[in-house]
Amino acid sequence: MLRLPGFEVATPRTIDEAATLLARPGARVVAGGTDLLPNLKHRLEQPSLLVSLAAVRELGEVVVDARAGVLRIGAGVTLTAVSEHPLVREHLPSLADAAGRVASPLIRNMGTLGGNVNLDTRCRYVNQTAFWRSAIGGCLKSEGNVCHVVPGGRNCVAAMSSDCVPVLISLEAAAVLRSTAGGRELPLAEYFQADGREHTVRRPDEIMAEIRVPLPTGPRRCAYSKWSVRKSIDFPLVSIALRFDLAADAVDAAITAVRVVVGVLGSRPREVTQLDAVIGQPLSDPKVAEAIAARVHAQCKPLENVPYEAPYRREMLAVHTRRAIARLVAEG
Amino acid sequence: MPDDAAKSIVAPVTVVAGAGQVGKVHRKVDAMERMRGITRYTDDLVLPGMLHAKIKRSPHAHARIVGIDASAALAMPGVLAVITGRDLPVPYGIIPWTPDETALALDKALFVGDGVAAVAAVDEDTAIAACDAIAVEYEPLPPLFDPEAALAASEHNPINPYSRHGNLSKEVLLEFGDVEAGLADAPLVIEGEYFFEGTTHAAIEPHCALAHVEPSGLLTVWSSTQVSHYLHRELAKVLGLPAHRIRVIQPPLGGAFGGKSEPFDLEFCVAKLALATGRPVKLLYTREEVFYAHRGRHPMRMRYRTGFSREGKILAMDARTIIDGGAYSSFGLVTTYYSGQLACSPYVMGAYRFHSRRAYTNKPACGPKRGHGSVQPRFATEVQLDKAAVALGIDPIDLRRRNDLGGDAKTVNEFRIGSNGFLECLEKVEAASGWIERRATLPYGRGLGVAGSTYICGTNYPIYPNAMPQAAVQICLDRSGRARVFAGANDIGQGSNTMLAVIVGEELGLPLTDIRVVTADTDLTPVDLGAYSSRITLMVGNACLEAARKLRKLVTGSVARRWGIPGDRVVLAERLALDRENPEQHVALAQAFAWAEEDHGLLGEVGSYNTPKDRHGDYRGGTIGASPAYSFTAHVAEVEVDPDTGVVDVKTIWVAHDCGRALSRKVVEGQMEGSAYMGFAEAIMEQHVVDPGHGGVHAGPSLLDYRIPTFLDTPELHSLIVEAPDPQGPYGAKEAGEGPLHPSIPAIANAIYDAVGIRMDTLPFSPPKVLRALAQRRAAEAAGQLAPHKRGGA
Repeated sequence: MLRLPGFEVATPRTIDEAATLLARPGARVVAGGTDLLPNLKHRLEQPSLLVSLAAVRELGEVVVDARAGVLRIGAGVTLTAVSEHPLVREHLPSLADAAGRVASPLIRNMGTLGGNVNLDTRCRYVNQTAFWRSAIGGCLKSEGNVCHVVPGGRNCVAAMSSDCVPVLISLEAAAVLRSTAGGRELPLAEYFQADGREHTVRRPDEIMAEIRVPLPTGPRRCAYSKWSVRKSIDFPLVSIALRFDLAADAVDAAITAVRVVVGVLGSRPREVTQLDAVIGQPLSDPKVAEAIAARVHAQCKPLENVPYEAPYRREMLAVHTRRAIARLVAEG
Repeated sequence: MPDDAAKSIVAPVTVVAGAGQVGKVHRKVDAMERMRGITRYTDDLVLPGMLHAKIKRSPHAHARIVGIDASAALAMPGVLAVITGRDLPVPYGIIPWTPDETALALDKALFVGDGVAAVAAVDEDTAIAACDAIAVEYEPLPPLFDPEAALAASEHNPINPYSRHGNLSKEVLLEFGDVEAGLADAPLVIEGEYFFEGTTHAAIEPHCALAHVEPSGLLTVWSSTQVSHYLHRELAKVLGLPAHRIRVIQPPLGGAFGGKSEPFDLEFCVAKLALATGRPVKLLYTREEVFYAHRGRHPMRMRYRTGFSREGKILAMDARTIIDGGAYSSFGLVTTYYSGQLACSPYVMGAYRFHSRRAYTNKPACGPKRGHGSVQPRFATEVQLDKAAVALGIDPIDLRRRNDLGGDAKTVNEFRIGSNGFLECLEKVEAASGWIERRATLPYGRGLGVAGSTYICGTNYPIYPNAMPQAAVQICLDRSGRARVFAGANDIGQGSNTMLAVIVGEELGLPLTDIRVVTADTDLTPVDLGAYSSRITLMVGNACLEAARKLRKLVTGSVARRWGIPGDRVVLAERLALDRENPEQHVALAQAFAWAEEDHGLLGEVGSYNTPKDRHGDYRGGTIGASPAYSFTAHVAEVEVDPDTGVVDVKTIWVAHDCGRALSRKVVEGQMEGSAYMGFAEAIMEQHVVDPGHGGVHAGPSLLDYRIPTFLDTPELHSLIVEAPDPQGPYGAKEAGEGPLHPSIPAIANAIYDAVGIRMDTLPFSPPKVLRALAQRRAAEAAGQLAPHKRGGA
């Protein structure tokens, strides 16, 4: 079995205590550990102190903030709890779906929403043992200075592989970050950046405290479409979040707004643009699905950073987009 | 007096016909310990003062070792010893004719992950740090990853330094009858090229070994091996110790599937390090190291020509196969023979020729995986038959029937077949799948496919030539009414300990709970050759049956004498000895055993089994693949192919398997389901490959990247037991552990054709490949070269 490196563990009880600990050099936050611990075993990080959020109760709540019109989900809520929570299921079904399709039941019981949002980027040349990486001389994200995905590339393109992130962006969610310096709230759409080594704007001393997702203000239809080789365990290879705001609560009602967000491309999720042509069209019009799938296909270019040929995955983005819309229409 | 007391009637007893154990459903003898999590696997063993070992491995696929400097490692606190190839220089190999590997590399590293040095330290972390501190200077050499390129390369610098024929590890060319004439006369010749990419076993328990030296000098090695006897022999050879100073024990295994059927570097390293330090030493592979140890299914490129009559009879078959062996021979000599020798049944063939060449390459060595050497050619053979059935307009099941070899037959390569339940297997899967009605009506995208196969029940000739029995069992009865069974056989999860208990229970009237089975300890148990080639049920079962019957005779004789009746009137059943003609006359089995012990002293008997030597052809290589008996299998697979994504969803596999006689039905069904699952996994997703673009690193040596299907991915599996008892097997039993895997892959390939009209001749049937084939088919249809498949011209 691979060994963990040595580190200390602190178990603060409040966000403030955690933030104080996290300000120490070499400190690193851990929640469920399902992403971090394998990465530590692979020697991708070597923190001297793990600040565990397991005992921080404030991170574990799901509440409706009616005044702000948002559902506040604590970053420490497990993915199982997110997927089963009645408020999430009622108001944000695509999020419940995405959370319920992360990895496997055992991992969802440990993994948290905050952890999934902050999942480190993944690449076939990175998520290997230190020995394996030494055989290829490492890469931009590990011990080397080359990119094996984009030969000659100077920018790390490891894939943002979270199931929940595309959905949360499609729902216009915001993240609340806390540190000893205070707190800040920013839209998740602005949270990610195109650098696989540092793919979020979160500073190392900041804790993600909660996710705020606006409650729907009118009729809408949302979906999350994931394809992976196996029906469990695997990270997504195709990952698409869709949201349609409608003029009335029926699939033949006109689309008033649309958001499509795609994951597992490079280091940041891509929001598909130039979808105005479908505004005003009924969701049930097959031309809508065709038009959106065509935009997805044109704008999203998977890379050879995760398994299965990139051209295949690109084609599948269109197929799964079309099918997800067809399912929404069929469900009425 | 005590005799009369024991005769006293307790209650009326009815002897039910078939009240014995054979053919019943049993809980495996070790099931509850495993379910409760209290089974002690090798890694659970901890000895006082135990050290941990780690192996330093080469990051180069091919490199000369210029020098190794271990001084920094040895200077580290907690490091007790470092060894290199120089400390274990004796070459070994599971096949005595091809000793071509050393425990650690001597002069060259042959693949990424080849071991070059080993460390013993007070704990794993120190051992890992010490490995990092060992400085190895390499001179990289050009690696060869493609077997045909390796074969074409110069003979002067072979990959493997022990090779005698350049990079050709083994070549076999055998011809039976006139193949070219047969093909020339055939009205239909199907030509096909097939590629099996290679898969590994993925047993959940990684390899582990622990060595301990007693003050007396006795070296004990506990290892997760499926061949404790061969390990014993090779340890003696490599360590230069007499065999009587070595004891090998196989603790319970967490899966093996052929991946633990030869010695590995870790066993020699822990033994050497224990001898060097005088302390117990343990080494547990990481999952990554399991992928480097490998010995998985060989990649094979197979070019087949099969000639058929208009009635679908196989007139001739020609097979040319390139086998990618990796860095070492392993079982490769046998694999090369098996790649041709096991393809001649269950069908009559007019003539047959195979030419197989195994190449060394700079990759982890391939070896035996469940269905050793014959799963790949079975894929080619059975798809060829399906193509012929389509070309001739014959139902694929019917085409197989027309070629059935039958029982008491001889194959074209002169193997003698005994019992043969293949036709019944075909009948069962045909009926259970609704083949006739449903195949005609399933819509585009949905299809049924069939394939058949055969497999051996052990081999008539052992790996190292000797005339001694292949299997032996000792049984002891004691006055408490229990039996102890001692056998060298390796239970690797297939249930062989349960099989032994069933036979003893059947013969002596004992429930399985009253039988202790002690196996795979070279100090305590008779020699057995191990768990491979599906030999244990037939061979060890026969040895066990012989010993048990001798004991039964002693016990029934003693009871009969006391009752004054003939011995054959005494029946042993359900912990009792009974008078068959007067069941009210009965006695507790413990008492019967006590009487027998009074008469004969300690009740112990031995049984042994050796193979028939007259069941193969009289030609060079004719013994390899010859078996006392053969099992038969047929599968029907139902698939749904998604034409937009190329995803193949295998819905159901019906598995009919002729195991001769099911000694324990649930165990047989479990083997059938597990086999079909494993074949399905290889068909759809598994890929054991290295990345030539990155120096030959493994494409993903983890269970996240090497995908084996989860429960959600697994089809419905229906096990249909067929019993054609073979006189060679105990109670007629034949194997069930490997045969049922074979038809999985071709049945799925043939079902894909039935569903959407594409031929998947390259494994695995991954979505991008399926999608490309669908696009080609559509283009051919659009060009008018092919009629629309199953879409009524739409």
